Amino acid sequence: MNSLELRTATTQTGKRRPSLRMAERIGIHNISLLVALAILVLIFGTLRGDVFFSSRNLLNIGLGITILGVLAMSQTVVIVAGGLDIAVGAIVGLTTVSTAMAIQATGSPAAGILAGLVLGGLAGLVNGIIITYGRVNAVIATLGTMAIFRGIAFIISDGQSIAIFSDTFRFIGIGRILGLPLLIWILLLTAIVFHLFLARSIVGRNIYALGGNPVVARFSGININRYRVGIYIMSGVAAGLAGILLAARTGSGQPVSGSQGLELEAITAAVLGGCALQGGKGTIVGALLGVAIIGVLNNGMILTSVPTFYQLLAKGSLLILAVVIAEYHLNRT
Amino acid sequence: MQSDFFSLDRISKRFGVVQALDNVSIAFRPGEVLALVGENGAGKSTMMRILEGVFAPDTGTVLYGSTPIVFSEPRDSHRAGIRVIHQEPEIVPNLTVAENIFVGELPRLAGVLLDWHRLEEQTDKVLATFGMQQDMRARQLCSTLGPAQRQMIEIMRAIRAGGQLIAFDEPTSSLTDDEARRLFSVIRRLREEGTSIVYISHRLNEVIDLADRIVVLRDGRLVDDSRADGASEQTIAKLMVGRDIADLFTRETWQSGLPLLEVAGLTTDHVTDVSLKVRRGEVLGIAGLMGAGRSELAKAIVGYDRRLDGTITMSGVPVGPNSPHAAIVAGIGFAPEDRKHEALLLFRSILDNASLCVPDKTSTFGFFNRRKALEIVSPLAAKMSIKAPNLDEQVSKLSGGNQQKVVLARWLARQPMLLILDEPTRGIDIGAKAEIYRLIDELAASGIGIILISSEMPELIGLADRVLVMAGGRITAELSRPDIDEATILKHAMPQPVASLGGQIQ
Repeated sequence: MNSLELRTATTQTGKRRPSLRMAERIGIHNISLLVALAILVLIFGTLRGDVFFSSRNLLNIGLGITILGVLAMSQTVVIVAGGLDIAVGAIVGLTTVSTAMAIQATGSPAAGILAGLVLGGLAGLVNGIIITYGRVNAVIATLGTMAIFRGIAFIISDGQSIAIFSDTFRFIGIGRILGLPLLIWILLLTAIVFHLFLARSIVGRNIYALGGNPVVARFSGININRYRVGIYIMSGVAAGLAGILLAARTGSGQPVSGSQGLELEAITAAVLGGCALQGGKGTIVGALLGVAIIGVLNNGMILTSVPTFYQLLAKGSLLILAVVIAEYHLNRT
Repeated sequence: MQSDFFSLDRISKRFGVVQALDNVSIAFRPGEVLALVGENGAGKSTMMRILEGVFAPDTGTVLYGSTPIVFSEPRDSHRAGIRVIHQEPEIVPNLTVAENIFVGELPRLAGVLLDWHRLEEQTDKVLATFGMQQDMRARQLCSTLGPAQRQMIEIMRAIRAGGQLIAFDEPTSSLTDDEARRLFSVIRRLREEGTSIVYISHRLNEVIDLADRIVVLRDGRLVDDSRADGASEQTIAKLMVGRDIADLFTRETWQSGLPLLEVAGLTTDHVTDVSLKVRRGEVLGIAGLMGAGRSELAKAIVGYDRRLDGTITMSGVPVGPNSPHAAIVAGIGFAPEDRKHEALLLFRSILDNASLCVPDKTSTFGFFNRRKALEIVSPLAAKMSIKAPNLDEQVSKLSGGNQQKVVLARWLARQPMLLILDEPTRGIDIGAKAEIYRLIDELAASGIGIILISSEMPELIGLADRVLVMAGGRITAELSRPDIDEATILKHAMPQPVASLGGQIQ
């Protein structure tokens, strides 16, 4: 038996072709995402190639997915840890308003950014405490706080849109560095930070352990309560960042912003990217590919004049399709 | 033997490397109580699951008379008249006694409404037959009942549904003496009415008292099938464990040093007032039957279960309560019994699993350092001869023995002072077993204290300096070399009636 095992071992490592090893590095899942992306590009390119491939439209797609990108990455971390945060859209709404109000009151962009991040973090802390110590199911807890945060956004703004008159702050939303919009730079930077954090840091690896099997994580000395609260705070801060970017892009804080199904798109992207809703599985690279697919789909549907209402059908179906595919793979292995 | 009733004909069942049942034939008879005894893992539960249709046998058949019958799910066996009453009764707590007994066959009014009147009448009749009118009412919610009463409901349901063969799996483990006596009188009445009874129990005195015939299983094989008259606890116990102690279980050195772990008065929800000591280089065995609280004791020591009372010290330094992290820092490592659910991240690599508890040694500025991790894990993997293509192999793809070695590598990477091993050789092949025994010997020789929880008697006898026997969450005996033998361990491991417990503690 021993010799047999050793023999299969050597054949497995010895005979592997370089192309296969390359494929393994990128990951089968990510390759299928790239294929799906290519198919979408092909479809919309054939239908509206004139507009679709213009540099302006490609930049539009890039700009359109920055905010979703940040949310999809933080959602990936939450799902890997075995949780879910559907309050992120509401937190975006709350933080755009508070950022705008802080800038209006002080005239300082820094104060606005600080307000957005701190308030986002506080909102996440509330979620984390309710879920971890109140032992409330994550979906239910964040469903409740989603309504609460949205309510607070309307209350503090009195339901009004708040304009931002700070050119420095607006630069975040519309400025360019080296020809690329600043928003895209921010997305790339955030992606690198998230990737290193989740894939390489000890804390990130412990998050995989926590989501993969909380019992094992606890036996291994990981303080799982502190991790859980921390992860929701992180998700809140990331939503705060998304809120700031949205405020900078639109030049105003609007309590209704973030209510166009941002959480739906973020969760869809994360699951498309290979997250298992049971936790313990998922990558930042996958989430970004998921975001790209959603971005191209959104853009393509507008270009090909798909009515708005039908776009909703497509988005909802995409989430369910992604989960069905993920479950199918999970049950097969 | 010719019979016109249920029988098992040359049944075999294998799980991975473990032969759970090996060519077992039993003929059941109406109006007979057949007791099924054997050590943990002897194959009793597997046999019940095959009888009930949960598992299909690899080879062999279930027969009724001379007709083979195939159960693809428990419902089929229920229809055929076979009922297994499990340790944990399957009762819907928020329904009434009447609804639980008649579930699936509730009397109806006009085809849709529940006929409460008739249901109550029928239930009262059933309760009267069992003499249970004083214990419960038809409209009482089952959530208000105790464990014995819940078990009675399951029995009444089984009989009501026309059970011809009723199997009881450790029915008295949660019952008081009085409740057990009443259960016995019910069983005797069922026998008189012609029902065939299969009775599984570790309490040999009960078995002798109740059974007409006793079947002994050992390592999946039937070793004895004889009439109960004339059997004694000693003869049955000997049949249950009668194995030669192989040379496999040996240690090179027997030297224990300074005191290491001291546990005093440790109490959690599952263990009561446990005190024990482990010295450096000592192997302390913990014996007991399933449910005796052995794993729970381990979980209490490592701070996983909430400590209600008691103290734990390592080399005289107190270990903080309720924190596995504190236990790890104090130098305690724990390899749990349930590898798949409590020890391993199945979808992560060997390297990830083995380096889980040494983040400080495998990181640079908080980031995982693969080179450092390989430097620590590679020599351990080689030392334990973990068989895998490479250290990036997913743990779920390894055999049980290699999975266990990954768990041990995780703790050896931390260089613990005390290692708690809960059933370290369960479900692994004999070669890997021998390697783990050698490792235990080596670790003890290097001065590490070891707590070895095991249901395999030869393992305990061959490896342990001392053995603590547990029953009902308490320590019931302490045996030291060379006075550790299977019969004595078994005697102290039997759950004792509460009244006589005092006399059993030594």
